[in-house]
Amino acid sequence: MFTDVGLNHYLVVSGILFGLGLFALISRKNAILILMGIELILNACNINLIAFARYKANPIDGQVMAIFVIILAVCEAAIALAIIINIYKNFSTVDVDEVNTLRE
Amino acid sequence: MMLENYVFYLFALVTIVSAFIVVFSKNIVHSAVALFFTLFSVSGFYVLLRADFIALTQILVYIGGILVLIIFGIMLTNKVTGAELKTRNLHFIPSVVVTGIITGMIIFLLLSTDWNPVKDPFSPNSTIKQIGFKLLGDYLLPFEIASVILLVALIGSAMYARKK
Repeated sequence: MFTDVGLNHYLVVSGILFGLGLFALISRKNAILILMGIELILNACNINLIAFARYKANPIDGQVMAIFVIILAVCEAAIALAIIINIYKNFSTVDVDEVNTLRE
Repeated sequence: MMLENYVFYLFALVTIVSAFIVVFSKNIVHSAVALFFTLFSVSGFYVLLRADFIALTQILVYIGGILVLIIFGIMLTNKVTGAELKTRNLHFIPSVVVTGIITGMIIFLLLSTDWNPVKDPFSPNSTIKQIGFKLLGDYLLPFEIASVILLVALIGSAMYARKK
């Protein structure tokens, strides 16, 4: 197990991180925790991108892609939090099970 | 090379343990603090993968931006003194089964494929100059679109979150 670190090690870590993010996405009730799960999934994706970039052909292209992923993660977090705050104003809860109507 | 291995396993341990805390903790603030450790050690992976600029961007944007935003969200949407900070997992056993199957499939596929990595991995002194040339060269159009998306997200979130 404790061999020299290579591509596979990073892929396994990112796979586990993706699984944990997916679990948060499926089972958490609080909307902010679902957002954290999305951040975990995006981080797993970024680790994959940069690991493949280093161990395969074209390193800089992979890093530029990772920058775009980070940019989209920022936009998504900002807008999702604005929506969550609006939901809290209307429903007084951020529990996604309670929020099941389009209007209060 | 040995030191790099130890550092990798340390970061891997911190990443996975703190991600477990993010997902399974009952207290949202504990989850947010654990997310800090996850993001920080992921940026350690980027350093090990010789992506210095991405590592710095990860710390600046994720820890300095998104994490602070998430903590603001927690403070704005919970009654901090009450029991509202507690949350729980829904459908625990089915979620564990589904997630376990999907994760197992992904890791099995990743490990059973021969990715044929290059023999001498890319190890530059710095990537910032090359990334700059790429961003203003090959990736100029996506770069401009990303800036427009950031502007739209800024205006849109300000519009949504303001008082009526």
